[in-house]
Amino acid sequence: MARSTFVYVTYIRTTPEKLWSALTDMEFMKQYWFGMHCESQWKAGASWKLVSGDGQIFDAGEIVEADPPRRMVIRWQHQNKPELKAEGDSLCTLELEPSGPAVKLSITHAIEQDPSKFIAAVSGGWPKIISNLKSLLETGSIVLQDPYPSK
Amino acid sequence: MAERHDADVLFRALADPSRRRLLDLLHAHDGRTLSELCEHLDMTRQGVTQHLDVLEAANLVATVRRGREKLHFLNPVPLQEIYERWIAKFEKPRLKALSELKQRLEKANG
Repeated sequence: MARSTFVYVTYIRTTPEKLWSALTDMEFMKQYWFGMHCESQWKAGASWKLVSGDGQIFDAGEIVEADPPRRMVIRWQHQNKPELKAEGDSLCTLELEPSGPAVKLSITHAIEQDPSKFIAAVSGGWPKIISNLKSLLETGSIVLQDPYPSK
Repeated sequence: MAERHDADVLFRALADPSRRRLLDLLHAHDGRTLSELCEHLDMTRQGVTQHLDVLEAANLVATVRRGREKLHFLNPVPLQEIYERWIAKFEKPRLKALSELKQRLEKANG
């Protein structure tokens, strides 16, 4: 079956350890993920879920690989919207590589569907989340408070 | 200083029509090889490679190796940063007023 893949790359002026902790710390995450946070033990085989500010589970799955502070693979299925849930599991791979004074963060999100409504849905979110994360780590504040500011 | 340098590289990469065409091609269909991209451009393979190198240096294109192939993906993160830095902060009140004016005038004409 055809596959849909999106790749997001950013260079963040920080250390791999700090970036890893920013990606896995529940309270820190809420600051750049528009109030959402992940819950997991961040070890291979552990369950994983993405929870909204009011406690709804938007996505759930399992940690497939966790190699701090270098690489993490999450089996990720949407839970909230039936048409996105029907597409099944996606795989989200996060890779952290030191690059001069910065860390290269690559996020690859793939699903065995083409076209994929799920990938289209997450593709609007990832650039905003990553851009907020970069800004928060480099300057101490976020750029976007609201993911979908009114026009 | 470092931040300014990133922005220079980014805007220079966007300043060329062939490179913008490559971004449009990747937006229409991501994950293409060099050969697939060459089919759509009236340019030598070396020319396309050079443009892709500039786009990759600006982080607008990310590459993933799959076996012997190198696949090119559009990386939208720097465009989001341009949007936040150079568009969102200027646009809102003025563009809203302008678009309301346009709507009102067009309604009045019809």
